[in-house]
Amino acid sequence: MFRYFNDIFSGLWSLFIGLGITFQEFFKPKITIHYPHQSIKMTARYRGHIELIPGEEGQPLCVVCGMCEKACPSNCISIGGEKPEGSKKKVLTSYRLDFTTCSLCGSCVDSCNFGAIRFSKEYNLASTRKEDFHFDLLKRLEESKQ
Amino acid sequence: MSEPIVLQPDETFILNVGPQHPATHGVLRVKMTMDGEYIYNAETVIGYIHRMHEKMAENRTYPQYLPNLSRLDYLSAMAYCHGYVLAVEKAAAVEVPERAEYIRAITVEMNRISSHLVWFGAFVMDLGGFSPLMYAFDDREQILDLLEAVTGSRLTYCYFRFGGLYNDVDDDFIEGTRRFVKRMRKSLKMYHKLVTTNVILMKRLMGIGPVSAEMCQRYGATGPVARGSGINYDVRRNEPYSVYPEFDFDIPVYNEGDSYARYKVRMEEMEQSLRIIEQGLDKLPDGPINPEKKPKTIKLPPGDYYTAVEAGRGSFGIRIVSNGDKSPYRLKLRSPTYSNMHLFDEACRGMLIADALAFMGSLDLVIPEMDR
Amino acid sequence: MSLTLINVLAAVIIAIAFVAANAAYLVWAERKGAGFIQRRPGPTENGPWGLLQPPVDGIKLMTKQLLIPGGVDKIIFVIAPVLAMFPSIVSFVTIPFSDTIVAHNINIGLLMIFVFGSMSAMAILMGGWSSRNKYSMISSVRAVSQAVAYEIPMLITAITVVMIAGSLDLMEIVHKQSGGFWHWNIWPFQKGLFNILMPASFLIFFICSLAETNRAPFDLGEAESELVAGYHTEYSSMGFGLFFMGEYANIVIGACLTTILFLGGWDCPFGLFPGVWWFIVKIYILIFTFIWIRWTFPRTTIYSLLNLSWKVLIPISLFNLLLTAGLLKVF
Repeated sequence: MFRYFNDIFSGLWSLFIGLGITFQEFFKPKITIHYPHQSIKMTARYRGHIELIPGEEGQPLCVVCGMCEKACPSNCISIGGEKPEGSKKKVLTSYRLDFTTCSLCGSCVDSCNFGAIRFSKEYNLASTRKEDFHFDLLKRLEESKQ
Repeated sequence: MSEPIVLQPDETFILNVGPQHPATHGVLRVKMTMDGEYIYNAETVIGYIHRMHEKMAENRTYPQYLPNLSRLDYLSAMAYCHGYVLAVEKAAAVEVPERAEYIRAITVEMNRISSHLVWFGAFVMDLGGFSPLMYAFDDREQILDLLEAVTGSRLTYCYFRFGGLYNDVDDDFIEGTRRFVKRMRKSLKMYHKLVTTNVILMKRLMGIGPVSAEMCQRYGATGPVARGSGINYDVRRNEPYSVYPEFDFDIPVYNEGDSYARYKVRMEEMEQSLRIIEQGLDKLPDGPINPEKKPKTIKLPPGDYYTAVEAGRGSFGIRIVSNGDKSPYRLKLRSPTYSNMHLFDEACRGMLIADALAFMGSLDLVIPEMDR
Repeated sequence: MSLTLINVLAAVIIAIAFVAANAAYLVWAERKGAGFIQRRPGPTENGPWGLLQPPVDGIKLMTKQLLIPGGVDKIIFVIAPVLAMFPSIVSFVTIPFSDTIVAHNINIGLLMIFVFGSMSAMAILMGGWSSRNKYSMISSVRAVSQAVAYEIPMLITAITVVMIAGSLDLMEIVHKQSGGFWHWNIWPFQKGLFNILMPASFLIFFICSLAETNRAPFDLGEAESELVAGYHTEYSSMGFGLFFMGEYANIVIGACLTTILFLGGWDCPFGLFPGVWWFIVKIYILIFTFIWIRWTFPRTTIYSLLNLSWKVLIPISLFNLLLTAGLLKVF
């Protein structure tokens, strides 16, 4: 008999404690961010899709060694370069990133020995067309220059 | 539920729970033969999101396989990555600097807490309580923010490299983690008050889904599921790896074997993880995070290698068979959920459907990890 | 004759409007309350504080296709949602909001509300049974056993109050409690009888009205994580909308009834300015408690629910009934 009432009272008491906690939470300040109206700054190391780092004159630092191409697990980078006449170095002519298959692992940035690529801070990427995610990074670099 | 119920096999109907069902958290299908609300027989159907991660390893170099590991168990990605890098480091004899080992342990434990927090929220939501999920996610958000600041990613970290780390941690991270530990201790107290001692929850979990130690061994269940059934086995303690021997922490073990025991094991594991993080931060040595001499291309000498780590859901093992190539000949992932889940078929017989789903929640299934 | 007819018609229309407005805005209040408890702001996009959310939701529901799945029992399937909404509207006709604001006071008002209250279980049974869905069927079976188990303690506690008041007339019951909060039935200070079980009775009645309205933690009929959506899994458009509104209308009735039986109706706690506003304040406090409870506790299971009813609520309420009867006889 004692146990019967003890169970009822301890049970009820635990329920009231729970109610007390949610009641406290009710008046606490809100912690959410209203995304389209507000947004937070991405951290310095945020891994967005990659982009080329402009050199002093805005030219890409890439030397077309192809390490990023090889390091990529999902083969989403394809670069092209050519040797202009009279020059020893290769010059980047195209840097294509197929963002649809990229898994943002960072292997390409890791593998680059020349510090030519970095992560962008872009995260608002949305489209209904697949082609919108085939980035030409060289073009982006030139656009950012202007 | 004091007397066993005799079920009538000839008066049953079949209920398909899943592949899309609010309680299966992913694409798990359970074909239940029901007698009224009682389960006469259950058959789990898996493989809906099989992505052939093991086969993928055979076509990739060792570093290229790193991002895949985070996609197995998206909730405790760090531990899986840890297992893989440990296996390759052991085989290729790569030295790891001490600082890197400590940072690995700290981040893995943080990830374990975040994983358990998701489980906590989702489990209580399975039982019908919605608010704890939001509180748990609020705490998890702090971990994700800290880890994002270090690794650059919120879920699929891909933070460990062979021999070291991708990035070093800064003072902000250390300070933030200390603050988080304090905050988390407070929140855990709140969870215990709000959920653990709640009479409705206790009534729903105590004595539900009893799993004996013998059954755990038969199915190869590990992690909190085995520890809730009285098996004192934790890879961090029994087969120490990394810097875990240097930490002072307890392994919570309960003998009841019911859902409530598994619940308490996980809740206490969070507290132990907090202890490990605190000790790790205190002991964190200075130094490099990557070895000075790092082999340019990783090639494992021919042979058979196995390493296990304690992931959020149990013992995660990785076996690499190498023939000396740049990519493994065969890579086998032993995922804990796969073994834990198979308890369900046997243990849920004779249960009410509501209890069976609570039991399933207490097993903490992450379907992508099971299907691989 | 014709004047009475107009009166009744007006009353019914006002009742419908009141129920619909309440049901719609309680959904908003529920979402807002849930949001605040979970430390988020709830609906904000439509109108100030999201106040335009209910009409927007209503338009959405009304313009959706009314889908009747193949193989269902069509007639029952269509009737069920109407039956879920109808009794709650009719019940409002007899509920007095103050001395003067009542659509049609009848001297067996309490009985009538209970009669119509039991019909909501009927609607759930019909909806779940006719849906030809196994989840819905389990849900309807659960809902009926729940309704049976909880109607009994609810009626017993109501009878206790009726014995004190000596009438089934809701007006009369409120009048008996007038003159300050210490006269309310929730307190054991009724004239001449010191029945210490009255607060327990209030709690039992409150728990039963939670269970009767299928609210968490007793929302076994809906049991989202177990039975998907329970009895209204197969309903779309306004079929679902009516079930949904019926649930909230039932909450309002539950709150009204608790207020009338235990909290003194429109009586002011301090004996001043009695009026309809006190009634409104009381029912909305109770409704807030409903919402608050829903977002705090996990769901019970069917057997612990039945255990609670048969082993705890019914014995205590029966004992209280006997005690009250004895005390009434002695004093």
